[in-house]
Amino acid sequence: MTNRANQIAGAAQAAPAKSRRRGRGFDRQAAIVALLFAAPAFIMYAAFVLVPLGMSVFYSLQRWDGIGKMRFVGLNNYLIVLTDSDLLQVIGNAFLLAAWFTLIPVVLGLAVAAAIREHLGGPFGTVTRTILFLPQVIPLVAAGIAWSWMFANSGVVNQTLRGIGLEALARGWLGDFTFALPAVGIIGAWVLLGLCTMLLVTGITKIDPSLYEAARLDGAGAWDEFLYITLPGLRQELGVCVTVTVIAALASFDIVYIATGGGPGIQTTVPGLEIYRLAFAHRQVGLASALAIFLMVLVLVCVLPIQWLTRVRR
Amino acid sequence: MKGLTLDAALARLLIVVLMALTLLPFLSMFSAALAPSGSYPPGLAWPADPQWANFAKAFEVAKMDELLLSSLLIVVGTVPLSVLFATMAGYGLAKFDKGRGRWFYLVFVLGLTLPFEAVITPLYYEIKALGLLNTRFAIILPLIGLYMPFGVYWMRTHFVNTPKELSEAAQIDGASEWKQFWLVHVPLARPAIMSLAILQFLWTWNQFLLPVVLVQDPLQRTMAGALGAFQGQWGTDIPLLCAGALLILAPTIAIFLIFQRQFVAALLQGAVKG
Repeated sequence: MTNRANQIAGAAQAAPAKSRRRGRGFDRQAAIVALLFAAPAFIMYAAFVLVPLGMSVFYSLQRWDGIGKMRFVGLNNYLIVLTDSDLLQVIGNAFLLAAWFTLIPVVLGLAVAAAIREHLGGPFGTVTRTILFLPQVIPLVAAGIAWSWMFANSGVVNQTLRGIGLEALARGWLGDFTFALPAVGIIGAWVLLGLCTMLLVTGITKIDPSLYEAARLDGAGAWDEFLYITLPGLRQELGVCVTVTVIAALASFDIVYIATGGGPGIQTTVPGLEIYRLAFAHRQVGLASALAIFLMVLVLVCVLPIQWLTRVRR
Repeated sequence: MKGLTLDAALARLLIVVLMALTLLPFLSMFSAALAPSGSYPPGLAWPADPQWANFAKAFEVAKMDELLLSSLLIVVGTVPLSVLFATMAGYGLAKFDKGRGRWFYLVFVLGLTLPFEAVITPLYYEIKALGLLNTRFAIILPLIGLYMPFGVYWMRTHFVNTPKELSEAAQIDGASEWKQFWLVHVPLARPAIMSLAILQFLWTWNQFLLPVVLVQDPLQRTMAGALGAFQGQWGTDIPLLCAGALLILAPTIAIFLIFQRQFVAALLQGAVKG
């Protein structure tokens, strides 16, 4: 099922050959019927995605406070996005978050998957799946609130540090200039960990066990098995994990809004939050829109190579 | 063989640790929720005198009953229509998968990775122009549109994989396209439709950005949006905040536990959306 990710790209090439044999008249009628079926979806999509997207592009070329007259400024807003030091830091923050959101869940998930390498069946499996999926089911806002409390002065993290005699390290994590961003990163990792683990565990059960047997007969060590069988076998699933986590980080909003509000300073401000702020607090609709378009392209530019790299050769 | 079982034991231990880490924030919230309202409880400790009344108070101040109703109305307004439109389009585009149909489909697929933030500003002005700000329609209508890329992609993938002979048999029987769709294809697509409905239920229930920007009144919002407002208002009273947050979470978790199998399957399959 998880190979759906690759089908986004894969389907593009695979499908067209199928229905070539039909006659012309049949085609025409079938096409009209098909388009009628797609019409309601397309109307909603056009009205609430394509039109706003077009408006975003239009706004991004203007200087506008949301109320008064617009003034055409060409690509000036994009120039600001690419040169303003604060905005560059905000974009950088998104990438730092992506590292946290991606590395922890993928590495831990791989460790579990490689070690267990069998289906999580029975009651233990059900309990595991249920618990590990909880963070996926609750709103990110709730994760933000829960972890704000975990990271608070009297929260569990500091309580633990004090308990093991590391009192000196205790601090208000989310208000700390150095540690706020990693703390937000850990919240995201917590949310995504269960999903990645389960994806990878499911993926590893699909690898042919005889490969491992053959490797063992050849005298391969555990590390070799991991490197030459497990890792390549999980290519698709890894692709899905990385895609999901990178998008979650680059387009993050909820967690940051709740946990830190972007602070301290702009240490944890991400593009999503900055768009919201620019558009609705600072009334710089043009600049907000330029950042929005930039973010959209950024996500595409990051995700497409991942899709391409992890596609399975057929 | 001995090494294998050791590995398995180690893996189980690792999984148990992961589960504990997953549950820890919930337990910490729970213990805080039982501390006296307005106090600063420790992160994780069973309170000497559990204040169960905090939950009742949070229920009241959060107006939980109205919140539930609002979220339900939004889900009912969004998910059935969105699933229906996506199923129809997926069916149509699976049948018509060349030339213009192909392009049509690609336009939908392009929206798959679109961050909602990319359209939120113009959506605000659009919804304002439609006179729908601060109503539930401000959440329902855009969500239906925003769900189309994934929904269409999801359903088309399903229909592309159903055997062509099915349609041909129905055609010979003289059934119209519309009848074929409802009597043959929709019943067969039920698992895919169910998964899509579950995913969209979750995304709607948990949607935060749209309510924050488009709906001021927490009582017209989704659960997640209302939770944001609740934090803004009661953020300093940690026991009450934790009690309220847990209450707002409770319905989702209850539904998740009941339909655990379907949820897990849907989330694993739907992971692509992120």
